[in-house]
Amino acid sequence: MKITINGDATEVSDGLTVAGLLVERKVKMPEMVSVEVNGEILKREDFSATTINDGDAVEFLYFMGGGA
Amino acid sequence: MNLTDEQVERYSRHIILEQIGAAGQEKLLAAKVLIVGAGGLGSPAALYLAAAGVGTLGIADADAVDLSNLQRQVIHHTADVGTAKVASAGARIRSINPDVRVREHPVRVQASNARDILRDYDFVIDGTDSFASKFLLNDAAWFTRKPLSHAGILRFEGQLMTILPGKSACYRCLFREPPPQGAVPSCSQAGVLGVLAGVIGCLQATEAIKHLLGIGQLLTDALLTYDALTMRFRKVPFRRNLECPLCGENPTVTELAGAPEQACDLSKGCNCAC
Repeated sequence: MKITINGDATEVSDGLTVAGLLVERKVKMPEMVSVEVNGEILKREDFSATTINDGDAVEFLYFMGGGA
Repeated sequence: MNLTDEQVERYSRHIILEQIGAAGQEKLLAAKVLIVGAGGLGSPAALYLAAAGVGTLGIADADAVDLSNLQRQVIHHTADVGTAKVASAGARIRSINPDVRVREHPVRVQASNARDILRDYDFVIDGTDSFASKFLLNDAAWFTRKPLSHAGILRFEGQLMTILPGKSACYRCLFREPPPQGAVPSCSQAGVLGVLAGVIGCLQATEAIKHLLGIGQLLTDALLTYDALTMRFRKVPFRRNLECPLCGENPTVTELAGAPEQACDLSKGCNCAC
């Protein structure tokens, strides 16, 4: 199926959960990312239960703690 | 407040702007902005806010200038190595613009002092270098209802958002709590492009000025991300989270907390989460 990840159209496996998508996209440190699907921020504990659908807009938003 | 002839000349490029004018410049001169961290983000923010004639600038930082800071912390010069950052930044601000009153806070902002330090300011800029400090400032801004520009940088990427407590989404709406210790690389492993800090710090200063003047649209309810390598800016909208542990309907963060944390210090090979 085709979804957008951070604005880029991307082909991913059908029927993925958010947790599965993080694995498929080889996100190295999933604990460092917040996930938004179609404008809604997901709770981390819902990653495994939330299914991604064709056409969804997914945002991986990474923690950035630097500043000095 | 009436502008002097010298001020009319100094700020002429502001005054000529329809959205600012003499009245707007007077607002800036009467305004108080707190910059927490006189580092990569805080340096450019402080320099531009000083030049812009923001009348009171608070600088909070407990550290001294280190040689490894100078690659990006442009408010500090080579001769300042070893001196307190608040003193170095203060001297530079006064040199740029004697209209600006500098308040030096030579302390680490933490749970015990954050409310007192933030209380008297109109806008707060987060230029800190750790998750603990960023969450603390977000929480302190909420409890004191102070507008905040949050930002973070890493390697070639940066992000920022503006928070109007009670009116727009906060940092915890997006990131509920700090990441687990050890989940992130240390500063010495990660690194940061010096000029990236300048780009993001200047965007924070822009938000402060817009808020003080009441012009334009603030970067609220959205995270702006910037990738220096691809030169791509993206504004990712998000909404206030009803389940936010701080500003949601059933908050679990009801007071300032958090242990004081080590500053990010390359020379000591720190493992802080920056």
